[in-house]
Amino acid sequence: MINKSNSESLYFPRPTKLIDVTALSEREILFRLRLEDGNALYHIPGQFVEVSILGTGEAPISIASSPTQGDAFELAIRAVGNVTQALHRLQPGDTIGIRGPFGNGFPVSELKDRDLLFIAGGIGFFPLRSMIQYVLDMRPLFGKIILLYGCRQPAEQLFHQELKEWRERDDVLIMDTVDRCPPETEWEGNVGVITTLFPGINILPARTTALVAGPPVMYRYVVAECLKKGIAKERIILSLERRMKCGIGLCGHCQIDNAYVCLDGPVFNYAKLEQLKEVEL
Amino acid sequence: MEFLKISKAQFQLSVGRMIDENFVYGVKAKSPSYEFDRLFTADELCLNYNITLLSPNKYFLPPRTPLMGFKLDGKISVDSMVGAQPGIIIGIHPYDLHALKLLDAVFLGNLKDAYYQARRQVIAIIGIDCLQPWQYSFAASMGTAFPPAGFDLWLTDTGDKYLIEVGSEKGEELCRKYLDASEAGEIEVKQREKLREESLSRYKLSLDISPQLIPEVLNSGWNSSMWEELGEKCFSCGSCTMVCPTCVCFDVRDTTELNRLSGERYRIWDSCMFDAFATIASGENFRPTGTDRLRHRLYRKGKYMLQRWGRLGCVGCGRCIHACLVDIASPVYAYNRLAREARTG
Repeated sequence: MINKSNSESLYFPRPTKLIDVTALSEREILFRLRLEDGNALYHIPGQFVEVSILGTGEAPISIASSPTQGDAFELAIRAVGNVTQALHRLQPGDTIGIRGPFGNGFPVSELKDRDLLFIAGGIGFFPLRSMIQYVLDMRPLFGKIILLYGCRQPAEQLFHQELKEWRERDDVLIMDTVDRCPPETEWEGNVGVITTLFPGINILPARTTALVAGPPVMYRYVVAECLKKGIAKERIILSLERRMKCGIGLCGHCQIDNAYVCLDGPVFNYAKLEQLKEVEL
Repeated sequence: MEFLKISKAQFQLSVGRMIDENFVYGVKAKSPSYEFDRLFTADELCLNYNITLLSPNKYFLPPRTPLMGFKLDGKISVDSMVGAQPGIIIGIHPYDLHALKLLDAVFLGNLKDAYYQARRQVIAIIGIDCLQPWQYSFAASMGTAFPPAGFDLWLTDTGDKYLIEVGSEKGEELCRKYLDASEAGEIEVKQREKLREESLSRYKLSLDISPQLIPEVLNSGWNSSMWEELGEKCFSCGSCTMVCPTCVCFDVRDTTELNRLSGERYRIWDSCMFDAFATIASGENFRPTGTDRLRHRLYRKGKYMLQRWGRLGCVGCGRCIHACLVDIASPVYAYNRLAREARTG
């Protein structure tokens, strides 16, 4: 006499096919995926999914491609935990599970007509890439576009081909830097932490919104530089990394003060973050 | 509101009839404490208890809930595990019913959690007034000494009888089927009021401020030296959260059969007091110290849950005070001290 409920479980992953697997470096792989039911993911740039490997578990992964790129979507994944390591062993044609998209994503409509200053540190480039692609696909809707991209060393810079294509456009400015450049490494860009790029950029603070993603340690310094440039607190937008286990505001792992990053984030503006006591920026 | 009365001897016979036909859970003596457990005979039921080790919420949000089964042969085949065994719980105290209402707000809010909902729909609740609170309870000052709406039947021990308040149609049905109860009058209801009133003086601990003011004292207390003082003693053992009737956080995990052909995904109670709770894959821990975690727990109970789900996350049961090995978990101590510090500046 077990009572069966018909309501669908919020935990059921949707079968999703790996249609392309491209190594970005020794540690990161770009996966191109398509839901097996034929639907698009219908995500907003900046949202994330729970990637599921049955028998291993789930991991929250930001979506690295724009919804303007078609029904397939991309996840760029560094192998750091059980799930991401298992993902790295998969081949095109394999099936995984996807739940989501989850989270708020970037405030796309608020960004229309704005000058955008993207600031990416390391694999913080992945969530920003969804928005950069979106902006470039919908280019007339936005103002001036600058991308600052910093990595620890040249070998860690990813998406060379894409960066090269963007560099060739005259409607987007790319500036990159590495923290250090080992001897005999080819590198033509700046050397120094990402904040060393700030003196070289020209922005109109009233027109500019900054979009920031990177390692947690980067945020404090980047926010300080943005404020110094005169960008308003509400116009400094950061994507945060937390341990979203359920994605639906229940499990508690991603909580910052009373904010659930999986529901209220992962994208927050600095004016909001400043009010959270557990965030020290 | 319908009131009935039944002798204790008759009630025990009624419980026996329920057990014959249902899964019945009730409070059993489990020395040196009490615990909700499946009843097999009516005389196992112990209704004059002071506190149970865990709250009856374990029947609605079990320590381990299977979410889905699957096969590993390349294809995802997800079998629904949503469902619940109908049953009856006897002996819920008022503070624990208050806590269950918070769980309702969490799991039956904007998103309906099918696993929780299935259990909630088919498990009947028979509660009883807590007239002899244990020494760690401060429910009276939290406003949780008496039951909120949401029970099926509610008992009050009036000596040799129980007064029964019928709270739902399901409760009426239980009465019709199992209870040889007679109608109660104004005298018995007055008696209940008096018994309840008298029970309030038996609480040893009390919150010095109105519970509605807890968020306010927390607002001014973030930098209090108390957090460090308490936090540095914390073992991060999670006992305070495991016994807490309003703790709802969980982890999601997979397990496979030894043959690696099939497996199960389940959720399991987790604790924000464990040191790795807020750690991300890269190793960064956003709440690295015992102080960070203890403060988060008491803010969550006293402020965040109220903001998000409309109910305070503390019902004053006192289980965490008793469970803590180093005497630092008490919400009533922390909130009273912050209130005092706020007054004296």
